[in-house]
Amino acid sequence: MTDTPLRIIETERTLLARFREWWSGETANPVKRVQFDRPLTPWLFILPQMAVVVIFFYWPSVQAVTSSFYIEDPFGFGSTFVGLENYQDALNSSEYMSTAAFTAFFCITVTALALGLGLLLAVKADKVIRGAETYKTLLISVYAIAPPVAGLIGMMFFDMHMGPFTQIAGWFGYELKVGINYWDTAIALITISVWKQIPYNFIFFLSGLQSVPVSVREAALIDTKSGWRRFKDVTLPLLAPTAFFLLIINITYTMFDTFPIIDVIVKDKPANNPMTLVYKVYLDGFKGNDIGGSSAQSVILMVVVALLTVLQFRFLERRVHYG
Amino acid sequence: MFKTATTTIAFALTATTALATDITWWHGMGGRNGEVINEISQQFNEAQSACSLTPISKGTYEEALSSGIAAFRSGEQPNILQVFDAGAATIIAAKGATIPAEDLITGAGEAFNRDDFIAGVRNFYADSDGKFIGMPFNSSAPILYFNTEALEKAGVEAPKTWEDFEAIAPKLKEAGYIPMTASQLTWMMVENFKSRNNQQFATNNNGYDAVQGTELIVNDENQVMMFEKLKAWADDGLYGFYGAGWADNLKPFEEGKAAMWIGSSGSFGGLQKSAGFDFSATYMPYWGSIEGAGTQSFIGGAALFAMAGKSDAENACTASFFTFLTSPETQVYYHKNTGYVPITEAAYELAKSQGYYDEKPVAEVGIQQLMLDGGEWSKGYRMGFYPQIRSVMEREFNRIFSGETDVQKAFDTIQEEGNALLARFAKTAS
Repeated sequence: MTDTPLRIIETERTLLARFREWWSGETANPVKRVQFDRPLTPWLFILPQMAVVVIFFYWPSVQAVTSSFYIEDPFGFGSTFVGLENYQDALNSSEYMSTAAFTAFFCITVTALALGLGLLLAVKADKVIRGAETYKTLLISVYAIAPPVAGLIGMMFFDMHMGPFTQIAGWFGYELKVGINYWDTAIALITISVWKQIPYNFIFFLSGLQSVPVSVREAALIDTKSGWRRFKDVTLPLLAPTAFFLLIINITYTMFDTFPIIDVIVKDKPANNPMTLVYKVYLDGFKGNDIGGSSAQSVILMVVVALLTVLQFRFLERRVHYG
Repeated sequence: MFKTATTTIAFALTATTALATDITWWHGMGGRNGEVINEISQQFNEAQSACSLTPISKGTYEEALSSGIAAFRSGEQPNILQVFDAGAATIIAAKGATIPAEDLITGAGEAFNRDDFIAGVRNFYADSDGKFIGMPFNSSAPILYFNTEALEKAGVEAPKTWEDFEAIAPKLKEAGYIPMTASQLTWMMVENFKSRNNQQFATNNNGYDAVQGTELIVNDENQVMMFEKLKAWADDGLYGFYGAGWADNLKPFEEGKAAMWIGSSGSFGGLQKSAGFDFSATYMPYWGSIEGAGTQSFIGGAALFAMAGKSDAENACTASFFTFLTSPETQVYYHKNTGYVPITEAAYELAKSQGYYDEKPVAEVGIQQLMLDGGEWSKGYRMGFYPQIRSVMEREFNRIFSGETDVQKAFDTIQEEGNALLARFAKTAS
């Protein structure tokens, strides 16, 4: 390997690559070993961190996996081992599959819109000179709103009896029925989720933009007059690490953190309204008291998220250039 | 000033009666109904010194049940847990999670007589032998509220049957009203469609006789007819459907846009404050065309369950609170402040003798409907995972009214998914 900036990427091996090396017993890049005097010392250092991970992640995960093989009485008196039946039930249920499909659609739409609008606003804000602070503060302040509150505010706008959005849709002859009509609720859900997430993306993109060296910008300005081409060829590649980070954060946000927004919108009774897989896990487990079924669903979700993360790091991160 | 000081001292004194046995009560009530629970607990604590009761709100009914279950599994359960009608099967099937209310009270040496309770509440939270497992607490019936002025304007009388409704609805529409809205169709148009029209709801004696093999009966001709009518009414602008949320369906009535609303008798207290017009109420309609219809409705609301695994001293306190709760005075206080029905004959008589119903006739509608003649199928139902079955219904109802499915198909789906859930529940109980 020659001494190019690419070298850094090569040594930042993915988990998968490391696993493959360990499996085959050969080490592609011999790493310098640092030895502690006593073999126990390093363990002592990672103990607090490991304790947190074990208690709050591994232990519940193991429990979820175990109970996913049982159908259990809610109070914990009796449980019947059913093997993979809970998984079969979930995957064969058309209801579950349509929730999964909506989750995927929701994830893509919200992530794309939140990233796109966040980037657009950041690029524009970067150019604002007069009143820049006010402009930024106004954009960022939404981030300080807690998701359930954001959900509530959003729902006031979409309320079927007196929401302004419902009235505006009415002017155009469209009867907006959030809570009754599946896609109307979906639109409300997406709008509120995107609105809530834009400030976060905005902050990161803006700081990313501001870290682009002036010399590079000036050099680019000499090369071309077209703002779009400068953005595409110079700014965007330099923003890639930020964008990659935000992509992962946004996907996690739509899959998990939109929970309170959904909860506020469906008001306790999902009926035929769209929801995400996480919300379904909660409904079946905590409202329905079906612990086995809900555990199986959460294990499926865990596997999906793990796969997604591996794929992202494997295929996307390779294209990202860390300056 | 002096008064505030004395009240503070009084509070301090109640707080320092350290020898009292502490018991806790988890419930799922909010708003005014939640305040009344605090008031009743306060009254209980003041009436005696041996026990001190602390009520804690856990959010909604469903949240109260889930918190209770989670707490029981980790050994942190409260003494008393409020469980709503749909969750009754879950907690009753878990023998060992609770002490049957009847055993608890007689075990503590206090008197208990099933016949003291009004007929409509005796069976719902009891086992198939009639033994009280849960203590009926806030009991309600679905009733039809109507805007007096709207009906006068249209020149019609409140409907007794659905046939009557079909006759008057167009006139109400002409007078500029949405003739009717209804909250929680699962409770109104399925469960209490079954009770008011004396229709079987599930095999195994509506689920009372056994958990194994119980199946739902909902895709029958009559049940489907009820929803085909509702859908047709909605299409003609005679009935307004506003989704599964309780308040969304109530709002048009509160705003005076809808002439009638089917809600809970327990909504009376709140409606007195929120409705800025004269209103009254009558029984929930039934079908004149169905033979034997017009029976009493199922009792709605919730019951209190004494959780197992507590000390004898605490159980004795729970028992004495249950006795306190059923006393006519407490019942009447609760009845007047919330709109829930009194659960004992004595309490009903007391409220009557105080002239409460002359003053507020609406408050009597719920209890009278519960005291109507009982039919074979109006005593109650017992089905596991029932909250989830309700969710399936809610989903399908939305689909019916948005035109995504037809009524027969929707009820076939409910039947199929409901039976799958019942079969799953049977596995937990084996």
